[in-house]
Amino acid sequence: MGAGSLIVLIICGIAFAGGGILLSKVLAQTSTNAQKGQAYECGVPTQGRSWIQLNVGYYLFAILFLIFDVELVFLYPWAVVVREAGWMAFLEIVIFLFILFLGFLYAHKKGALKWM
Amino acid sequence: MLSIAGIANSIHQWLNETFSSGWATLLEFVLVGILVISFFAFLGLVLVFMERKVSAYMQLRVGPNRVGYKGLAQTLADTIKLVVKEGLTPDGADKFLFNFAPFLVLIASMLLMAPIAFAKDFQIWDINIGVLYITAISSISVIGVLMAGWSSNNKYSLLGAMRSGAQIVSYELSAGLAIMTIVILAGSIRLSDIIASQENGWWIFKGHIPAIIAFVIYIIAVTAETNRAPFDLAEAESELTAGFHTEYSGMKFALFFLSEYVNIFIVCAIGATLFLGGWMPLHIGHWEGFNHIMDFIPSSLWFMGKTFFLIFLIMWFRWTFPRLRIDQLLNLEWKYLLPISLFNLLLVTFIALMGWYF
Repeated sequence: MGAGSLIVLIICGIAFAGGGILLSKVLAQTSTNAQKGQAYECGVPTQGRSWIQLNVGYYLFAILFLIFDVELVFLYPWAVVVREAGWMAFLEIVIFLFILFLGFLYAHKKGALKWM
Repeated sequence: MLSIAGIANSIHQWLNETFSSGWATLLEFVLVGILVISFFAFLGLVLVFMERKVSAYMQLRVGPNRVGYKGLAQTLADTIKLVVKEGLTPDGADKFLFNFAPFLVLIASMLLMAPIAFAKDFQIWDINIGVLYITAISSISVIGVLMAGWSSNNKYSLLGAMRSGAQIVSYELSAGLAIMTIVILAGSIRLSDIIASQENGWWIFKGHIPAIIAFVIYIIAVTAETNRAPFDLAEAESELTAGFHTEYSGMKFALFFLSEYVNIFIVCAIGATLFLGGWMPLHIGHWEGFNHIMDFIPSSLWFMGKTFFLIFLIMWFRWTFPRLRIDQLLNLEWKYLLPISLFNLLLVTFIALMGWYF
């Protein structure tokens, strides 16, 4: 089956999730009271806002991930043809990974990989 | 011989003979849709039951044994319970994103079903960039997780989602590099080609040292990617209640739960396909008699057996290793797994170019 199967799968996903939620809307009993819509925390009312600034550490990991993930995408076409391309491709990837690894070491030295 | 591909082919032929080609294609799509949805539901029921039974026997308990024969209907009863529960949306939540997140997570795991080869010649779509497709689609689900955590307007959810996001994106790297090892050895990113290349032995045996390193890294990385113990920081019950789905209830929670288990199945299926040969029976080089005997076991059984073995392995980890701290978790990935898998990539290229594999 061709690319049409992706549309089928997306429709399946929507149908499955939507059908389930709709079914529970029909079957489930509902009731309302003042406390019910509050955030589920410790039993006492929530202190302050929940949409807060988070530690910058997460952001650094996201940036590092982005760098390495783009590199990974570059590697896919290389990986498919490397056996035909021979030793030249090996040399090139050694240089490529070496430069990448230097950047990784720099991030490590600067403490980007340290938590908090 | 009766095979799943044969049945699918005869259905395809029958449809094309009986109806015009447009209607036949449409009916095929409907059939595939029904199959995928029922397979999804079946997986959810089986895997949750399996998880509970495996956990129970590892702790010297019996596990669920009241509903149905040996408790087999337990998950069905749980599903009915979840359906008749009220699906609550908290007052402070971002209502659209809150309700959209379960859809996104479910659709992502549903899309991943497309390139998996369930049996010989039995794939929904034999896409020519199969491996790339899998890595691309599997990174969508992290958006759903972040969406769910952020829109709940709850501190536990937000923290759980951020942790989960950091964890999933980190471990995706080593999982991708481990997959790349097999791509280099097989020389193709089409899944059926990768399976076909394992006809005289699975890559974990043929690729010896680098393939085994890659396999171990892959299993560790997918355990973390699916947020399973010992890497289940995103929903560490004792500190974050339930992580990103704290505020979800009823069917919306069930959808998260289901897609979590289906994701485990999918990553194990991909692991089995790449390293353990997918539906390919255990073949050893030129041992014709042995290979012939192994061919008698149906290909779907091989695939399911390998996949469920890997799933069992991941369930086993849960009761073997204590949970890591978040900094230990990120250290493990960035300071150990990533450099090792980069080095492994060079090693496997060297071995592939020297022809030192079987």
